[in-house]
Amino acid sequence: MGQPSMNTLKVTLPESADSQALPQGNIKMSARDVKVFYGASEALHGINMDIYENEVVAFIGPSGCGKSTFLRCLNRMNDTIDSARVTGKVTLDDQDIYDPSLDVVQLRAQVGMVFQKPNPFPKSIFENIAYGPRLHGLVDNKTDLEEIVESSLRRAGLWNEVKDRLDAPGTGLSGGQQQRLCIARAIAVSPEVILMDEPCSALDPIATTIIEELIDELKGSYTIAIVTHNMQQAARVSDRTAFFHLGNLVELSATREIFTNPQDTRTEDYITGRFG
Amino acid sequence: MSNMLLITLLLGLMAIAYQLGLVRSKGVAATTSGTGVKMHSRPTYHAMLVALWVGVPAALIFAVWSLFQPGIIESMVLAQLPPEMMPATENDVRILLRRIHNLSGGFGLIEEAAAYELNAARYMAELRSISQMLMIALMASVAATALVWTRKRIHPLLRARNQVEQAVRVLLVACSAVAILTTIGIVLSMIGEAMRFFSFVSPMDFFFGTTWNPRFSTVGTDGQTGFGMLPLLWGTMMIALIALAVAVPVGLMAAIFLSEYASDRVRAVAKPIIEVLAGIPTIVYGFFALITVGPFLANFGASLGLEIRATSAITAGLVMGIMIIPFISSLSDDIITQVPKSLRDGSLGLGATKSETIRKVVLPAALPGIVGAILLAASRAIGETMIVVLAAGNSPVLTANPFEAVSTMTVTIVNQLTGDLDFASPQSLVAFALGLTLFVITLLLNVVALVIVRKYREQYE
Repeated sequence: MGQPSMNTLKVTLPESADSQALPQGNIKMSARDVKVFYGASEALHGINMDIYENEVVAFIGPSGCGKSTFLRCLNRMNDTIDSARVTGKVTLDDQDIYDPSLDVVQLRAQVGMVFQKPNPFPKSIFENIAYGPRLHGLVDNKTDLEEIVESSLRRAGLWNEVKDRLDAPGTGLSGGQQQRLCIARAIAVSPEVILMDEPCSALDPIATTIIEELIDELKGSYTIAIVTHNMQQAARVSDRTAFFHLGNLVELSATREIFTNPQDTRTEDYITGRFG
Repeated sequence: MSNMLLITLLLGLMAIAYQLGLVRSKGVAATTSGTGVKMHSRPTYHAMLVALWVGVPAALIFAVWSLFQPGIIESMVLAQLPPEMMPATENDVRILLRRIHNLSGGFGLIEEAAAYELNAARYMAELRSISQMLMIALMASVAATALVWTRKRIHPLLRARNQVEQAVRVLLVACSAVAILTTIGIVLSMIGEAMRFFSFVSPMDFFFGTTWNPRFSTVGTDGQTGFGMLPLLWGTMMIALIALAVAVPVGLMAAIFLSEYASDRVRAVAKPIIEVLAGIPTIVYGFFALITVGPFLANFGASLGLEIRATSAITAGLVMGIMIIPFISSLSDDIITQVPKSLRDGSLGLGATKSETIRKVVLPAALPGIVGAILLAASRAIGETMIVVLAAGNSPVLTANPFEAVSTMTVTIVNQLTGDLDFASPQSLVAFALGLTLFVITLLLNVVALVIVRKYREQYE
């Protein structure tokens, strides 16, 4: 999106009139007093946040501010780090996701994740997409599976590029294609929320543009939380932006608001420091 | 003067040359100060270069001289022998030279020495001392010339540092050449001896014969039969397969536990302990198999109504399997740990459980490396000797029953090469043919394993 940066601050929303009235809609996920400890050190100091249905919320902030850590709390990926411990309450559709009775496997099917570095499995393109549906028994026969693979790849805007070589290894695609493959893989299990952890940081500008356009299309059907280091990206793709600093959520408001009229001086310093 | 003393002297000379070079180059360095000319290399490099020039050519002379001196002296001694005393066959010439050699060295002889032998011995000793003196003189003059020339050569612009670098490189190449040349030498000598064996027994009979029953006949070397290696090859393969059947599941699961489930502390303790299995001497495994496992299996079989021999393929294979567990578990653990965390995260993020992730993503990604580890363990199992010598029963028959006694190629090599034997007979030469076959098999396995492992590495770097 080769527009000058001031123009890109105008968030592209389907109904631009509603964009002034943010936040709107139902609460999809909410976090109350979420703290994360790595061993003895506290990395997040009590985060409170609501994420609304079908919105794109961007997490920005300097390195080590806790934005990725918070993102990983939302589908309990922090569980995979031995030393990490999470306290507080996170809900998905009013259901506490840290409730011991909740099945984390089910949760991760509902809250999908796209990672910083494209991580296709060393399998064929088809098998990469089919992996999730097969795990969760979403399909009964091969025709249904092929349908899911095709529709997921179409939604990720990759179908036309790979339809003739679904048997080729996923690792043989370019970086941008691999990342779209990973997005298609996440879509294939029909999640409700998609978490993206700096999905474009390993990609070139053209691939980044394609992914950003994709995010824009996807938010009609999914709730998306995206961590980014690129503030222009946050401005381009998100409805609301959260600024993290030293493990605290400093400010969360409509993207246009945060980039034009930040309430907190730390937010302003960060934004102007980058833009100035 | 003994060679040891000579080498010590040479080293001492090099040390002196180093000091002389150091003093001289420091002097040169002092004269350049303030003139705007900068020394290209530091004084130590100049000194090292001087020492190298003094030591290396002299050492080369020593090496070449030592290599050719015996041959030249022997031919000179032979040339002055009275023609009527000259032995007819090559073998007798060798015996005569040995006698002369012993006489000149002051050793005793079996029979009384003839006059011409004494003369030749005296001549030989004389030649040897002359040659020794010539060599020392040559070495000394070369070293001295080198010392004077290189010391004089020290100049601010001399690139001593780069030249020392070259010398280091040559040294490193020479060291790797030793390993490679040794391998080539061993292979060539095995091929040579195996060829001698094949002059007695046709390769067809050897590679495809189904009977192993070489008689230690004294009736000559015609009509040799019973050299078919198939029973041995089959025994080797059967024991190796049993060993792999034990080691692959156990080793792989241990590796999965170590890399995926064990905490860092458990892993740090458990991995070295498992690796200890590989450090136990194989002879210990051997008598463990013979004394404990064999009788246990025999009793166990009896209670099931099976007839299991105490020394059998299953005994040897079982114990060998335990021995190679660490090869598989340790290598596989390293390989599984190398699978990027991002792949695991991707799978877990899609809602896969831990064991689903391991089965469907981690293991397939690590599979080439694991296959490599298994092949390396297999080549180890095929070449293993002590366990099978003690526990396989040493019965070279073609049988598909793992509860029977069998024999392997390694065991047969041991049998053919122990005891009182004639190294020119096919009965002992067959050991080289077997060894060569074994070498080719393990070499192929290793090459395949390395190719697979390398291919895997390219994928994740």
